Amino acid sequence: MAHFDENARPFSNKWLDERIGINTLKRVLSTEYWIPKNINFLWAMGMVLAATFGMLLISGIFLLMYYIPDTKQAFDSVNYTIMSQVGYGWLWRHIHGVGASVVFLIIYIHMFTGIYYGSYKRGRELIWLSGMLLFVVFSAEAFSGYMLPWGQMSYWAGMVITNLFSGGSLHANGLVEWIRGDYIPGQAYLGRFFMLHVLLLPLVIIGLIVFHFGTLRLPHVNNKDGEEFDFAAEAEKYKAGNKKESKVIPFNPVFLSKDVFVMGIYFIFFFYLVFYHFEFAMDPVNFDPANGLKTPTHIYPEWYFLWSYEILRPFPTDPGLIAFAFAQVIFFALPFLDRSPNVAPANRRGIFKFWFWALLVDMIILTFMGKVPPVQPWSNIGLVAAVTFIALWILLPIITKLEKKL
Amino acid sequence: MKELKVLSIVVIFTLVLYWGVEPFAHSQMHKHVEFNGFAYNGKSDIEQLDEKIKKINEEITELKNSGGKDIKTKIADKEKELNELKAKLDDTKKFWAEINKVPKGGDAAAGKAAIAACVACHGIKSQGMKAPMDPNAAAAAYGVNPPDLSNAGALYDEKFLIAFLKSPTHAAHVKKLAMPGGLAGDDKNAANIVAYLKSIAPKEITPKEAFVTACGRCHANRYGKWTQIGDVPKTKSNIKTGQDIDALKFKEKVADYQGKLANYMGKLPPDLSIIIRARSEDFLKTFVEDPQSQLPGTAMPRVGLTKEGYEKVISYLEETGDPSKPKREATGPWVLGFFVIFSLLAYGWYKSQWKGLK
Repeated sequence: MAHFDENARPFSNKWLDERIGINTLKRVLSTEYWIPKNINFLWAMGMVLAATFGMLLISGIFLLMYYIPDTKQAFDSVNYTIMSQVGYGWLWRHIHGVGASVVFLIIYIHMFTGIYYGSYKRGRELIWLSGMLLFVVFSAEAFSGYMLPWGQMSYWAGMVITNLFSGGSLHANGLVEWIRGDYIPGQAYLGRFFMLHVLLLPLVIIGLIVFHFGTLRLPHVNNKDGEEFDFAAEAEKYKAGNKKESKVIPFNPVFLSKDVFVMGIYFIFFFYLVFYHFEFAMDPVNFDPANGLKTPTHIYPEWYFLWSYEILRPFPTDPGLIAFAFAQVIFFALPFLDRSPNVAPANRRGIFKFWFWALLVDMIILTFMGKVPPVQPWSNIGLVAAVTFIALWILLPIITKLEKKL
Repeated sequence: MKELKVLSIVVIFTLVLYWGVEPFAHSQMHKHVEFNGFAYNGKSDIEQLDEKIKKINEEITELKNSGGKDIKTKIADKEKELNELKAKLDDTKKFWAEINKVPKGGDAAAGKAAIAACVACHGIKSQGMKAPMDPNAAAAAYGVNPPDLSNAGALYDEKFLIAFLKSPTHAAHVKKLAMPGGLAGDDKNAANIVAYLKSIAPKEITPKEAFVTACGRCHANRYGKWTQIGDVPKTKSNIKTGQDIDALKFKEKVADYQGKLANYMGKLPPDLSIIIRARSEDFLKTFVEDPQSQLPGTAMPRVGLTKEGYEKVISYLEETGDPSKPKREATGPWVLGFFVIFSLLAYGWYKSQWKGLK
């Protein structure tokens, strides 16, 4: 049995340290969690994401108080009760809607930062993999949430996406019905997606966020030059007062002070959208109540799914589904497909530099083509972009293998 | 500074992304419809027919060039369709040419004397003339409840009303309409009746009155507690049984009316509670000006709202469909102001923490 000081005042530092090791926790997670100094604001995206998730969680809790998961009442519980009867209900809903869209913008920035600086390599593979898991679960969370207002786009996007599980020529309609709990999206469907959205998936997300942070602790954060150095030695320099020469800073308060500033700027942008420009996040089609007898002229997913939707769409059913499945999982393989030993920003890595920008531009083109109607010339552009996407990933191991060691 | 360069790259890519998924995508998804500033002179009717004739001509040339089986009957069918359209075009041109010739400003007193032709079906409450039938009986007789004319002069375009009296289907740009044409007699007499309706029109009209007059006999607005037969009445439930018989009776009446209306229109016109967020400003404007321009073949008649009348209707739709607008505008600056101050303080903290580090 450990020693407990009888005279320690309850909840004093000493009292807490003897019980939960508060000083060790503080040191390991905060004051001596060393972060490289050589970073820019893109390194704050993780905290920005955490803050956005916080906004989604809080606004979601308020919305949950008045939302009714019933196919006959869901639409009006959102558009009437929450929007006009509940005090500041409109604010929570707009925060939730805008947050769901913006969180994906930041996720993509966060991902492409990682790809650009090679932050998925040499000891950081699990950071990338846990991050990709988060991306997948966030996607499921966004999709299930999009069902809840039970508007036309909820219903028809739900119909289209669940139909994908029939597997084209496999005609696995039984699987589709099992997912829906019915032949078409109905009460059973809404009920289970409601449960997923407000309980199971958020639990998984919170667990994964903790895991994602955990994977970061030992390999440490990457830096702008991909430089590898001895964190312990640099930390000693810092502690000895050689702050200028040391390559590291403590997470708290030095790194945090910059994070908080970036978050402040981000929240100006975020709330500008919430108050003055929320339409982009709330599709007009979804303000028509769900109607199983009336297919909307255009059915498309939210903008953050468009690129993968466009990898599905230009091909015939079966190859399309295979290409789609490829697009969903291929990012997971990035740390293993990149055969180069270099951890460096893309612009110093030869052909990889072009690969990076080509991937980014290609995905933006796919995103554009995913929303416009499938007519010429857009269909052909979409097809070329989809083939390019697949080709880029097939080329990745080859071009990175050829890369010279820096 | 290097970081600003990185930021500008992120911002540029984000803006390009936004442009592609919003303005660009929407420009590709929705056809462009020209807006004529709520002028009712047959321009869009004629343009639409011209367009159809052009398309049929192209189809005929294509058929002639293709040279497939039973091509002759196909071409004959198309040519029949073409001739019908041409006849319709001539008729439309003639109708609007006549309307465009009718001088504005009829004689209100003469119009008042001629109003008997109208009040056989319509009420004019403001002048003490009640509707001859309740909405359900009227819908049983005509398919839809004829509107009360008290506010017509305040909301509808003068030329449109004259055209409507002459030929409701031409003016409303639909195939059929319950009201027969020519009841007002000649064009001069029609102008007199319109002048009378203008003379009795109230100076001020509320957004809700505008909605009820122009849209409310076909469209409900459940968030505004409006049904096609009137406001949802305040009723009380029986405290012992929890049942509200009066509310049930009202619901039955609404359902009866809606059934008749759906038969008359082909389907039940949609509830407009939140239409303001479901359709773009541009769509609503051009759709109300001429429903056929956005939804060819729709049973919805052109109602002939003036610009002012339209704005009144829209402000009611905003009240029911987007009621948080004033609150958003009031709260926004405070929240943004808070984060500006927050960022300034955070910047100070950041600078103090990073002092002497580089």
